[in-house]
Amino acid sequence: MATFPAHLRYTAEHEWIDDSIPTTIGITDTATEALGDIVYLELPSVGEDIVAGAVIGEVESTKSVSELFSPVTGVVTEVNQTAIDDPSVVNADPYGDGWLMKVQVSAEGELLDADAYEALAQG
Amino acid sequence: MSAATSPLLEEHVALGATLTDFAGWQMPLRYTSDIAEHQAVRQAAGLFDLSHMGEIAVVGPQAARALDHALVGNLSALAVGRARYSMLCQPDGAVIDDVVVYRPAAEQLLVVANASNAAVVLAELTERATGFHAQVIDMSLETALLAVQGPRALEIVSLVAPGQHAVLAEMPYYASATVRVLGHDVLVSRTGYTGEDGFELYVPNALAAPLWRALLEAGTPLGLVPAGLAARDSLRLEAGMPLYGNELDRTTTPFEAGLGRVVKFDKTDDDGAPLDFVGRAALESRKGAQPARVLVGLQGLGRRAARSGYPVVRGSGADAVVVGTVTSGAPSPTLGHPVALAYVTPEVSAEGTELGVDVRGRAEPFRVVRYPFYRRPQD
Repeated sequence: MATFPAHLRYTAEHEWIDDSIPTTIGITDTATEALGDIVYLELPSVGEDIVAGAVIGEVESTKSVSELFSPVTGVVTEVNQTAIDDPSVVNADPYGDGWLMKVQVSAEGELLDADAYEALAQG
Repeated sequence: MSAATSPLLEEHVALGATLTDFAGWQMPLRYTSDIAEHQAVRQAAGLFDLSHMGEIAVVGPQAARALDHALVGNLSALAVGRARYSMLCQPDGAVIDDVVVYRPAAEQLLVVANASNAAVVLAELTERATGFHAQVIDMSLETALLAVQGPRALEIVSLVAPGQHAVLAEMPYYASATVRVLGHDVLVSRTGYTGEDGFELYVPNALAAPLWRALLEAGTPLGLVPAGLAARDSLRLEAGMPLYGNELDRTTTPFEAGLGRVVKFDKTDDDGAPLDFVGRAALESRKGAQPARVLVGLQGLGRRAARSGYPVVRGSGADAVVVGTVTSGAPSPTLGHPVALAYVTPEVSAEGTELGVDVRGRAEPFRVVRYPFYRRPQD
C-alpha cells in the first residue's frame, strides 16, 4: 500500500524532498513497489552540480532500471553510503533510512504536494 | 488456442500479487519480493502457477512416430513414464520452440510448449502429424499446471497425496506418474525449471484452486511460498536453462545454444532406415561445422548486472571490439554476483576469458565461466 507523507514534496517522477537544510532527497514507495527489490544505486558524487529535471542517476531492481531525475538545482553535499552498500534499505524504508542524497538547493524544479502527488500516483 | 485466464488468477489477486502480461495471460510477476521468493525455492519450496503453458496431446498407434518426424528428438525411444526435453525446428534448423514431452502411455504423449509459442506448436504438430495414425489434441485451455520446486517439494506434495509418498519419492528426475490428488487422478512429473528438485502437476481447471490452496495450507509451515515469474526467471538463469525468446529463437539452431545433444540423427524407422524429421537436412549440414557464435556463461566481476541485448566487448577504449550480445542477465541472489548468458564469437568463448559488457554506456568486467552457475547439492 503506497503512502504519501504530508510533510514532503514530490515530483511526477516519484522523487521526494523534505524541507531540511541541506535538503534530503529520496524516491517514493510508489516507485519502490513498482521496481521490486532494488539491487544497485547509481548516484551523483558529493560536490557535483545537479540541475532540476536532469537525469542524475539510476535505480536498478532485479528486473528493471529506472532513471533518477533531479527535483532541484544545487550541489550534492552527501550521498547515503549505507543505501549504496545495501540498496534493500530503500525498499524497506524509502522515506527514512532509504534516503538517497542531500543537496544544498539553489532552485527548485516542478514540485507537487502530497495530495497532488497521490492523485497522480493513483491515477 | 489463444491466450486465456488462469484458473488461479483470483488466488494471485487475493495474495496481493503484482500481475504482468505474459503471452496474453495475466500472470503473477511477484507476490512479495523477487529475491525472497527466489531464496525460498532454494531453501524450502516455491509454488508456481504455470497454467499459461501449452499442453498438446498426441495420441494413437503412431503418436511417437509422428513426434519423431515433428521434433528433433527420438520420441519412439521414450519409455512409458519418462519425459524428455526436445525441440521443434523449422526446415532450416532454426528453433520454433523448446518443449518437454511426456509419455503417460505407449500411445499417449503430451507435448508441453511455452505459452508464447503454444499456438504455433499446435499448428505445426497438427500439420506434421498428417499421414501418421495419430491425433493432435489441444488440451491447453482445460489444463492448469502447478509446480512445487525446492528441497522440500517432495514432503509438501506428499501431504496432498496421502499414501503416495513412496511413488513420489521413487520417481526419477524426468519421469511421471498418475497420482491420486484430492480425489482425482493427476499426471505428476518430476521436472522443473529451477535447478531444484520438484514436481509439476497437470490438473483440470476445476481442481486448480483447491489444489493451490491445499498445497499452501500444507506447505506454508514447511516454508512453501507462492513464487512468481520474476523468481522463475532468476532461478532458471542460475540453473543455466535457456528461455525461448532469449537464448533460443528463430535465428538460432540447437547447436549454437549448446544443445546439439537434443538432435537425434540416429533415429530410425521400423525398417532401420534413417528417419527423416523436419530440419534434418539443414541440421545435418551444420552438425560438424564451427558455429559462428557460441552460448557462454558470464560471471560479473563488478556489481552491475548485464541485461538482455547488451553488447559484449573485448578490449577497451579505442581497441574495444564487439564480440557478442547478452541474451539473459540478472543479479544472482544465490551467488551474490551478476550472471549472464551471451552469444559470443568462438575465439572469446574459452573459460576464463575476460570480457566487458556495455551496461548502459559503461563497460563492466565479466569473465567467461561454465554454466549452470548453480547446481543443487546432491545427497
